[in-house]
Amino acid sequence: MKSESSRERIVRRAALELRDGFYVNLGIGMPTLVANYIPRGMTVILQSENGLLGIGPFPEVGEEDPDLINAGKQTITEIPGAAYFHSADSFAMIRGGHVDLTVLGGMEVDQEGNLANWMVPGKMVKGMGGAMDLVAGARRVVVMMTHVTKEGEPKILQKCRLPLTGARVVHRIISDLAVMDVTPAGLVLAEIAPGVTVEQVRQATEAELKVDPETLKTVMV
Amino acid sequence: MNKVISGAREAVQGIPDGATILMGGFGLCGIPENLIAALRDKGTKHLIVASNNAGVDDFGIGILLRSRQVKKMISTYVGENDTFERLCLSGELEVELVPQGTFAERLRAGGSGIPAFYTPTGVGTLVATGKEVREFDRRLYLLEKALRGDFAFVKAWRGDRLGNLVYRKTARNFNPLMAAAADTTIAEVEQLVEPGSLDPDTVITPGIYVDAIFQGTNYEKRIEQRTHRPKGGAGA
Repeated sequence: MKSESSRERIVRRAALELRDGFYVNLGIGMPTLVANYIPRGMTVILQSENGLLGIGPFPEVGEEDPDLINAGKQTITEIPGAAYFHSADSFAMIRGGHVDLTVLGGMEVDQEGNLANWMVPGKMVKGMGGAMDLVAGARRVVVMMTHVTKEGEPKILQKCRLPLTGARVVHRIISDLAVMDVTPAGLVLAEIAPGVTVEQVRQATEAELKVDPETLKTVMV
Repeated sequence: MNKVISGAREAVQGIPDGATILMGGFGLCGIPENLIAALRDKGTKHLIVASNNAGVDDFGIGILLRSRQVKKMISTYVGENDTFERLCLSGELEVELVPQGTFAERLRAGGSGIPAFYTPTGVGTLVATGKEVREFDRRLYLLEKALRGDFAFVKAWRGDRLGNLVYRKTARNFNPLMAAAADTTIAEVEQLVEPGSLDPDTVITPGIYVDAIFQGTNYEKRIEQRTHRPKGGAGA
């Protein structure tokens, strides 16, 4: 149950990255859940890279349409004001800097903002899908992930060891322990989860963490 | 001019072993079901197939993998297919993995007379291996080459005798790009209509890109991930 609640905490914190009027692409898996926490009264248009602006909620039973899916191949609906387009247009939006924010999962991130989330050498490689284009083109790239692996190994590193999805692309990391920003000065601890100490975060992090007690906040969730 | 043919069987008659075929679809959404089944029945071998995904074990491109008709796949994500994994690991199937936006743009270039283009996607990753990197306005870009097929199999919702096509919702995906990027493009549609029935303003693939068209039969339109919200509830 602990992992369930830490996942939920990460999702709720990630939703605070949304701003009214944003066009947002949410990655497959945990990032998709951020859509459940869009603040009431805020208009956020969700982009699906298979060709839709304006993802709506999942359909009710019996209302599924096989011609209407998201990038995770799940049945979805469209909001009033949605638009459809082909894949080259979709990635023109993404690569062309028209998408305000993308929230993706990660296997490793390092202090330079490198991200690895598509391949583990020696294991079956399934492909990068649209992830490399999203990190290359979205205006802001937020990675959400558990701070350490299931085995307790750090995932926030000095240098990624896995093959990269993108080089120097991540702006912010949101984990169950903290929120960290990639800055020219290095990886800065911006927020810390309630009940967690800076020392605990440092121990779970391989990357060098810059901490300014003046600006450090408790995670707002 | 009449591009209408009798069906999928006639459509695949002229496809030789070793052909490169572009196949539309994202997951199982908007895939040319009839053409894939006809190609399986014909038994054409050593195919190079470019498609975003590789179907599932018993549907879509998966049925061509099962019958060992595909030599190489060019795809962006292939996670939903056990046969695929087995053939890859045993070395029976070659795979080229391409970032999805690069895949789409390579097809668009292929259909538009553009031999190559620079993209920021993949700089500093394995995708950049062996490719020219060039700086424009202090940012690095990779040179990626156009992608074309000997044939394209596309699926549309409605089409007319002249090959004009209209798609439905996210079933559009790669279909219009592939229609333009092959020497011979074959379209299967759910509804074949007379010229004049489609509003010209809504045509997505103009007929100039389509060589042959037929009305498909028995569409299964299988759903990969059936997700719901509770009745009357919100939530994504």
